[in-house]
Amino acid sequence: MKKIFMLITLLAVLCGFSAGVSAEDLVVVEEAVTAAVAPAEAAAAEVAAAPVPDKGDTTWMMLSTLLVILMIVPGLSLFYGGLVRAKNMLSVLSQVFGIFALISVLWVIYGYSLAFGDGGSMNWLIGDAAKLFLAGMTGDSTAATFTDGVVIPEFTFVAFQLTFAAITTALIIGGFAERIKFGALMVFSALWFTFSYLPIAHMVWATGGYLFEKGALDFAGGTVVHINAGIAALVGAIVIGKRIGYGKEPMAPHNLPMTMIGASLLWVGWFGFNAGSNLEATGGAALALLNTIVATAAAALTWMASEKLLRGKASMLGIASGAVAGLVAVTPAAGLVGPMGAIALGAVVGPVCLWAVSGLKKALGYDDSLDVFGIHAVGGIIGAIGTGIFVSPALGGVGVDGYTMSGQVMTQATGVLVTVVWSGVVSFVLFKLVDLVMGLRVSEEAEREGLDTSSHGERAYQM
Amino acid sequence: MKMVTAIIKPFKLDEVREALSTIGVQGITVTEVKGFGRQKGHTELYRGAEYVVDFLPKVKVEAAVPASMLDQVLEAIEKSAQTGKIGDGKIFVSPIEQVIRIRTGESGIDAL
Repeated sequence: MKKIFMLITLLAVLCGFSAGVSAEDLVVVEEAVTAAVAPAEAAAAEVAAAPVPDKGDTTWMMLSTLLVILMIVPGLSLFYGGLVRAKNMLSVLSQVFGIFALISVLWVIYGYSLAFGDGGSMNWLIGDAAKLFLAGMTGDSTAATFTDGVVIPEFTFVAFQLTFAAITTALIIGGFAERIKFGALMVFSALWFTFSYLPIAHMVWATGGYLFEKGALDFAGGTVVHINAGIAALVGAIVIGKRIGYGKEPMAPHNLPMTMIGASLLWVGWFGFNAGSNLEATGGAALALLNTIVATAAAALTWMASEKLLRGKASMLGIASGAVAGLVAVTPAAGLVGPMGAIALGAVVGPVCLWAVSGLKKALGYDDSLDVFGIHAVGGIIGAIGTGIFVSPALGGVGVDGYTMSGQVMTQATGVLVTVVWSGVVSFVLFKLVDLVMGLRVSEEAEREGLDTSSHGERAYQM
Repeated sequence: MKMVTAIIKPFKLDEVREALSTIGVQGITVTEVKGFGRQKGHTELYRGAEYVVDFLPKVKVEAAVPASMLDQVLEAIEKSAQTGKIGDGKIFVSPIEQVIRIRTGESGIDAL
């Protein structure tokens, strides 16, 4: 059964590729004809006018790319890994590492083209197949930035955006950690990346995308990354069901110092994520960087203070969770709000996310193992809406053309709604599909034994 | 011959060992254990999840001694392990039917 499914997938992918390649060939031929017909002088002038990437911008974007990789492979892995029980440590590390590798390859094969290409009549939703396998791209190819006439090498842009696709998909595993089949997760990840990440990234970030044209602001991926992944994690947690013994047996984190190291790596890496999203090494990047410090600090403080007030003790896990919530909230806002706006955003998100992972979670009764929904979706929604408020020049933000607060907040809410519905529906269908074909959940015996030995045949700690 | 089993606070182990060797006890066996008594456990809170930890870490000290030394041994443990707070532990005394030293085959009080 498994083999048949794999074969069908392979066949479908191959068919898609060959169709894409032939379309690409056609385009190349057309271009060649036009070039031959056009006068030689005009072509020469065009070449001379083509902007050249700045070395500073290029360096900054490559550095930012490395920082986001630092967020994923050690950062997110350890943040999540420390939160599970010792018997599932390696399963979480394997899942994040495996997804990063998988999405990296898929991104250059077809992801980039579908996310950032021009989809013609479907351009509101998705790109095209012109750049499958990065066809035609060389070291001289460039990608536009937010400033007219300023470009960066397209390979840099491809690599930077690759890391976003990878971290978004990897974030989801926290929702159903400690109980999913590794193989099923890999298949789900490839499908989810294709049908949820790519369309939403295109709608929000690509010229002509539905939300982009509506004027929805999402500086570094509050909707594309955090709401998108947070909703998928919630749907996954519900479809797969609670862990055996949830609410009865203790499931305390097995190593909070690792979670602290992971949270810190996330924070450091997030400077690449947020300030890198400026695409240029300018004052805009500096603003995003500063906001990424202060919003995070404010959220860590308010989570910490809320815990102290409500429960009597401020916990390390609370401070670290608050920091991550602050990072999530400032993501869409990073280069758009002032530092005081960022602090306000962080201050609000701390207590709200604390409520989401305790009160709301208990009331609704789902088992989102590592609180991906409570922190990333809820924090992402606050960030997305808050960006509409604090982008206001009156509140220290950078402002946008024709800004009115109510109008912008409505636009932001539209972005949130589209993402929630799209991700929710697509995730539900894909989880059900994978469950039907290969089963999502490990056997009860395997779950009790722990996924490290039952799924991966190894043990994190030799005691 | 008596077996003295004492459950004590982990950080009192060194003092108890010293007190026992001072009065001439030849050997003790130590085990890290968990248990509950009158001392309350504590609550741990991880985000929304609350776990009550009932079992607290203690150290179990076992010493086989001649009946003639029993009172001295009890007094030594009692004094050295005491903090005066709930959770100091308990001492149990039970008879020993037979003791054999494996190396020499000696038995009874000679083997202690």
